[in-house]
Amino acid sequence: MGMVRESQFHVLAVDDSQLDRKMIERLLQKSSCQVTTVDSGSKALEFLGLRESNDPNSLETHQQEVEINLIITDYCMPGMTGYDLLKKVKESAAFRSIPVVIMSSENVPARISRCLEEGAEEFFLKPVKLADVTKLKPHMMKTKLKKEGEKVAEEENATSKPEESLVVEMILPLNQELELEQQEPMLSSNKRKAMEEVISADRSRPKYNDITTSV
Amino acid sequence: MQRQVALIKQSLFDQGYLDEQFIELEELQDDANPNFVEEVATLYFKDSARLISNIEQALERGSFDFNRLDNYMHQFKGSSTSIGASKVKTECTMFREYCRVGNAEGFLTIPYLRRVQMFEDFQATEERARNVEKEA
Repeated sequence: MGMVRESQFHVLAVDDSQLDRKMIERLLQKSSCQVTTVDSGSKALEFLGLRESNDPNSLETHQQEVEINLIITDYCMPGMTGYDLLKKVKESAAFRSIPVVIMSSENVPARISRCLEEGAEEFFLKPVKLADVTKLKPHMMKTKLKKEGEKVAEEENATSKPEESLVVEMILPLNQELELEQQEPMLSSNKRKAMEEVISADRSRPKYNDITTSV
Repeated sequence: MQRQVALIKQSLFDQGYLDEQFIELEELQDDANPNFVEEVATLYFKDSARLISNIEQALERGSFDFNRLDNYMHQFKGSSTSIGASKVKTECTMFREYCRVGNAEGFLTIPYLRRVQMFEDFQATEERARNVEKEA
């Protein structure tokens, strides 16, 4: 009935720097996430199960290996940049619902807007801190809840129990409400952080903790 | 012994070699990952040795491929930032500025002394090249 199972979130982290891969892996583990790290955008796509077919413009979806709840990628990488990877993910029907977060050591407002416009959930300036990673939970929760809701909805339709599907419909709007509440302040605070490099003392928002434990 | 290490560490902070990012690193270390800081530091020294060597080689050749130098510096700055090596990060930023300026506006805006040094290096390289030709 729309309950979230206690399984861990699985994050795919992409960075060409071995040192940064180690950092982000530890940060995510500390936040109780399962992590897979790869050193390039193409390896990330391969891991997701997206491989280029003969037609370079379309990406076939091969059997998806693992369920990924979030992709976090460095912007500056040789070959495929984080932005290129973001685009490919958002263009793919199978994976566009996976939230993507971009990291960069350079504070370039035009770059940040471009990424956010292309569908990135967040843009983190390096060095990424534990407080930043805590912000990711709601994004991952959103996708998981949605999937759970869809799954249950499917099951309900099969057994045709109208009263139970009502419960599912109630949960989704609640989540969307939370999403709306969060997105505005997050976007502006993120841009503020990026453009002015203001290090706010209270980075971790207690609100998120409430959401994750109560749902 | 521990007190000595603590004192050395404190002085690194006081002199600006390390910044608060290093403390973030330490906070990521725990019983399950007791050697995290050491592992990261090892990666950093490996990275920086490689990058410095690449940069030195590029400069020795008299090669002022600013894009390449800038690329090395970008990587070096990146790992220095991640580990909290504050002074190194600053030096990288300055060096990158010279690279950028060298690219966009020729040598005119690089400080005079630095330009003289570069010119002398070029001359020396030319000299060497000519000698090699003579030898051949």
